[in-house]
Amino acid sequence: MSARVQAEPFDLAAELSGFGTGAGAVVTFTGLVRDDTGLMAALQIEHYPGMTERALSDYGAEAARRFQLSDWRIIHRHGRIEVGAPIMMVATAARHRRAAFEGADYLMDWLKSRAPFWKQEIARDGSATWVQAKNSDEDALLRW
Amino acid sequence: MTLEILYFAWLRERVGQPRETVSTDAATVRDLVSQLVARSDGHAAAFADLGTLRCAVDQQLADLDAPLAGVREVAFFPPMTGG
Repeated sequence: MSARVQAEPFDLAAELSGFGTGAGAVVTFTGLVRDDTGLMAALQIEHYPGMTERALSDYGAEAARRFQLSDWRIIHRHGRIEVGAPIMMVATAARHRRAAFEGADYLMDWLKSRAPFWKQEIARDGSATWVQAKNSDEDALLRW
Repeated sequence: MTLEILYFAWLRERVGQPRETVSTDAATVRDLVSQLVARSDGHAAAFADLGTLRCAVDQQLADLDAPLAGVREVAFFPPMTGG
């Protein structure tokens, strides 16, 4: 049960080694930098040191309580991340698959709009544009 | 009281600095915002749209009516885009 914020890449296989031992189901989600315009070079991700770690730990603990997760892990990167590279991962472990899936889905919805990260798209020409929050991401929280 | 004010993303860019220390008698975040707006044109631009403003009080998400008694740190930022 851990949350980390880091600039470095993470190794999914290493993160899953020993994760959720004894569980019946482990779900992982990895988010990658996507290029919707064909012009993007990277994302630059800013965060709020101190609050970010606290928020991720709080959301992890809440997911564990709601979905009876036996283990969870959240890793979210910051700084410059190239197109195609992993930004973040969540992993959840539970006795059964539904709880593991729902726990991961819940965490993703909260990370999208309640964790203090801000994305900037860096184009190949060097110009930078702040990513606007989507109403659909806000609405997704209403499901829970 | 003395507060540490933090700005993130485009609020930081508009204000022109990531943090500042202010001395204030503001009772709520909303009162604080109305005082900060007067500090510079950049502050006024940063706080031009309160509808898209988000804030945290001592690193917990809060709303504009949150009280400031006993608080040390207030952060302002646009809607978050994590994940």
